Amino acid sequence: MASRIGVYFDQQNIGGGLDCEALAAMVKTKWGVLTPVVKVYPVLAEAVADIQADITANELNGVLICGPTPRLDWEIYQFGAAVQVERVNMQEHVVHACADLEQLPKVAADYVNMGVVKLQKSEIPDSAAFETVKRVLVVGGGWTGLTAALEASKTGYEVVLVEKTAALGGKALNMPRTSPLQAPWRDMTNSGLEAKLAEVSADSNITVYTEASIAKMEGQPGDFTCTIATSGRAVEVKVGSAVLATGWTPLDNKYLESMGLGKLQGVTHMAAFAKTMLGGTVPAKRVAFVLDTTMAEEMAAALAASAEAAPAEAPAGEKAKEELEETGFVKQDLESLRHLRYSNAVNSVAAMRLANLLCEQKEDAVQVFILYKDMTIPGILERFYKEMQNRLGIMMTKCDVTDIREENDHLVVECKNTLLGMDFDLDVDTVVLPTGIVPTTAKEAVMQFSYRQGPDFPDLDLFDGFSDSNYICFPYETRRTGVYAAGCVRQPMTMDQCAEDACGAVLKAVQCIEAADHGVAVHPRSGDTSYPVFNFVRCTQCKRCTEECPFGALDDDEKGTPKPNPARCRRCGTCFGACPERVISFANYNIDQIGSMIREVEVPKDFRVFGPRILILACENDAYPALDMAAMRNKPWSPYVRIIPVRCLGSINAIWVSDAMSKGYDGVMLMGCKYGDDYQCHFIKGSEICNRRKENIAETLNRLGVEPERVEQFELAIDEYDKVPAMIDGFVEHITRMGPNPFKGM
Amino acid sequence: MSNSILVVGGGFSGLTAAIEAAELGHDVYIVEKTPYLGGRVAQLSKYFPKLCPPSCGLEIQFQRIRKNPRIKFFTQAQLVALTGKKGNYTATVSVAPRYVAAHNVDFTLLASSLEGEKNNDFELGLAKEKPLYKSMPFAFPGRFVLAPEALSAADKAKLAGNKFINLAEEAKTVELNIGAIVVATGWQPYDVTKLTNLGAGSVKNCVSNMQVERMASPFGPTGGAIVRPTDKRTPANIAFVQCAGSRDQNHLDYCSYICCMATLKQCLYLAEQNSDIQITVYYIDLRTPGRYVKVLDKVKALPNVHFVKGKVANAVQAEGDTVSLQVEDAVRGEKLTVTYDMVVLATGMQPSLATEKLPFALPLDEDGFVAGGEEAGIFAAGCARMPLDVMRSAQSGTAAALKAVQTVKGR
Repeated sequence: MASRIGVYFDQQNIGGGLDCEALAAMVKTKWGVLTPVVKVYPVLAEAVADIQADITANELNGVLICGPTPRLDWEIYQFGAAVQVERVNMQEHVVHACADLEQLPKVAADYVNMGVVKLQKSEIPDSAAFETVKRVLVVGGGWTGLTAALEASKTGYEVVLVEKTAALGGKALNMPRTSPLQAPWRDMTNSGLEAKLAEVSADSNITVYTEASIAKMEGQPGDFTCTIATSGRAVEVKVGSAVLATGWTPLDNKYLESMGLGKLQGVTHMAAFAKTMLGGTVPAKRVAFVLDTTMAEEMAAALAASAEAAPAEAPAGEKAKEELEETGFVKQDLESLRHLRYSNAVNSVAAMRLANLLCEQKEDAVQVFILYKDMTIPGILERFYKEMQNRLGIMMTKCDVTDIREENDHLVVECKNTLLGMDFDLDVDTVVLPTGIVPTTAKEAVMQFSYRQGPDFPDLDLFDGFSDSNYICFPYETRRTGVYAAGCVRQPMTMDQCAEDACGAVLKAVQCIEAADHGVAVHPRSGDTSYPVFNFVRCTQCKRCTEECPFGALDDDEKGTPKPNPARCRRCGTCFGACPERVISFANYNIDQIGSMIREVEVPKDFRVFGPRILILACENDAYPALDMAAMRNKPWSPYVRIIPVRCLGSINAIWVSDAMSKGYDGVMLMGCKYGDDYQCHFIKGSEICNRRKENIAETLNRLGVEPERVEQFELAIDEYDKVPAMIDGFVEHITRMGPNPFKGM
Repeated sequence: MSNSILVVGGGFSGLTAAIEAAELGHDVYIVEKTPYLGGRVAQLSKYFPKLCPPSCGLEIQFQRIRKNPRIKFFTQAQLVALTGKKGNYTATVSVAPRYVAAHNVDFTLLASSLEGEKNNDFELGLAKEKPLYKSMPFAFPGRFVLAPEALSAADKAKLAGNKFINLAEEAKTVELNIGAIVVATGWQPYDVTKLTNLGAGSVKNCVSNMQVERMASPFGPTGGAIVRPTDKRTPANIAFVQCAGSRDQNHLDYCSYICCMATLKQCLYLAEQNSDIQITVYYIDLRTPGRYVKVLDKVKALPNVHFVKGKVANAVQAEGDTVSLQVEDAVRGEKLTVTYDMVVLATGMQPSLATEKLPFALPLDEDGFVAGGEEAGIFAAGCARMPLDVMRSAQSGTAAALKAVQTVKGR
């Protein structure tokens, strides 16, 4: 707890309309010994040495800077690990935001007092550091997994590599000659798989288990215990983090039945064809690679329509129910025709690769057709495409393939809307259809987490089973801290991409080990040393925290008492937002602290004369910068609101709303990120969970005799700052119309 | 010997590489040539496929920088010399003067009172700005920057007495000892003046896709409205010309990867702005790799977007500042001449290194993409390496961070 706080006013940034000296006098009188130093500087940024001297002379352990937003000049006001620094956003949220000069001193005083109490109730967290296991688990021994294992080893970490089949290499075994892997991205190349395999087996840092799978993964980053099921025995290994590189399986033939797959002799798909070609020369003379899969899509749409008319039969449901009762978990099979469409780029490249190989193998005694709707060649591989366009023996055209049928001893591919100015039937002996890349995570819970929230990654259906991230900016987020997916289990990728992806995932994996080693959080609150502390004496085992944690960080015992795993935790505070007994806290962010800040605001008794008071709990990630922007862009808002930043809307505990209501506030705005399938919440579920809890808050308010309409949640994206004044002022108006909080003055 | 890492370029790949390496415990220096970090991404209005704001992802990256003392960055800075070898380089960085105090000063009022004006590079020619400016509300660092060459004599007199402005500030040189380098120099929109058949930038109301991003941006020159530059009118019909420069051996001999997705995203902007608008997209292939096909489905479901497979032969000015396109419909084999209120050239991505030189030898391919350097401890990330979208740039930046870390580890 900061018990000796220096309070500093930055006149250069907040002067003008504001009487800093009067504020300083107020602080001295109100806080007395808690604030032994209170000073006003004309240019505070130039007074850093003075502040440092004050810290030494007065044994300050807290510094409160009343100046610009903490998003500015952060590097100036840092005074070492033993001194807590808090910033009162006086320039943006007070001086710029408040156009009512009569209200300004009151607004400013409230914010300064909130700042003092925030520091007073904040402690420097102890370290949650522990000695971590410097070993990376790589699950999957294909191209991506092998690359990951070698890269982790090169970075100085031991590796345990687990492969399901008897041999390493995965699907890459079928692709000894592959699409270009490096500049100039023009020619096919040997994959180098053999060299990679040799390197892995020669690397004493890498332990390989084949015919093995993960039976159980428990613990936390830096300290996972992984049980590997191998033929006949189970092996237990300690690992610090994991790279998931379990790849894919080909889409079931049934999805392409309407195009002849599994029905017509001579119709195959890319992956199967590649394998056949490995076995020796294929007897084909005229081959059509059909990339247009509209026929299959139309068939699937028709089937879906008829399935809707006649609901699925009961037995499957019964089976799932039994399984659920037995193990508490049923894996939903997420395989679908969509996987074929998502594999468009990989198949466009594969068609060229196989066409070229075929021409080479047959010494050009073959005619190959590539029939596409869109050749989806990703970026730089256009150069390979151009080489293939110029290759003799390969004819490519855009067209709609409307039928594939058997006629006499050959196959006929019906082509319409071609680039040749006419429709035609193509006679061929072999038709190669695309292969749908179905990620292993669409079919099974590969990691077998022994977590309270179940053995699988959460919400995989959002990505059709790919173990992918919802974020453009953070591709490696799996919501299971310490486990990072790479390669085709994350997205369909060509081999060059898989290799790069493996490197990225390895970086995240070793970084997570080191973060645990230093007791700090990983992204997005990177470096945060705080972590949730539980007062188990008062815990009622209601399980809300363990259920709501967006990262599944909390396990529990048989009674339901939560078991924290600090290294799995991202420090969003959703757990303490959930806790009805308020037994969870962070050293520098807790229920009492925010509650005290709420109570520190001076709420006038007479609403009609002095106006309402409205509390805004704003997400510090997006809503808070948006508020800053509104203020900077000279878009002031009502002087009756007081803003308190929160780590995430998920961390909002209902007690804060009750605190506000009993203090006499007339309304509460909860301002946070967009939620739904395209969520922008940095902690994934925070704003959504807050919205759900709002219904409970409404019930509580109803019971208390307070209208639930006094509390409302608003979605505010970071770039929607121009909407801020209307949003705030609109709510203030709504509350003004409702009249005062019935508890006011009680 | 040094275990520090130099990152050249402060765009999304460079930021990612720097932050990821720093969070693994390495000292990192970012050298950025413009006054702000964020690069091209900062100019975008929204990202595909979710249509979320780039400032959201950037803000988190900046927050990570604020909290990590291992990351040092230089803006308005250029790497001018590099000596030494892998594991032990000395990099000389020249930092241009900013002319303003090294702490927050709100110059908004002062800036607006100045007479001088300069081209606003950030707004890609769509606006002018004052010589004392901040490129965007989310600018990081959040300090103004002064361009003295654009000041009038009266402006200079006005600034002379300001204690937070120092017109005499000089460039400084910094020497850094580093062990590995990440080259994240990014890309630039392909120069439209080279596209002579498409009007070479002289046809009114024929804009580039990046200019559309600026118009769509809430803090852009039109406050978020995509309008005709000549009369600020919302277009009733608009055409997109795909592969404007890309997949063309006379210009960019590769696919720029992002233009199809960018156009689809911009179709969504336009349809949201005006549901009656008629949009035509002229394309060679609609490249929506992977799960991005869902965006294509979404746009195809709009009744007012039409896709025509065909190459646009030329663009010329027509009556009322409209734009006339000559198009070959590849499927029907027809030649068409169609006139639009506005035309968007989906210009491609050219690596910055195609036109800018680094002060050390680095193998480039004929288009200017980095094609080597690893053996010297130099790793390319993002669009310096190949055309990529933001998600893949982040992935690439993370991968490059690993290679750089491996190079310097234990040194």
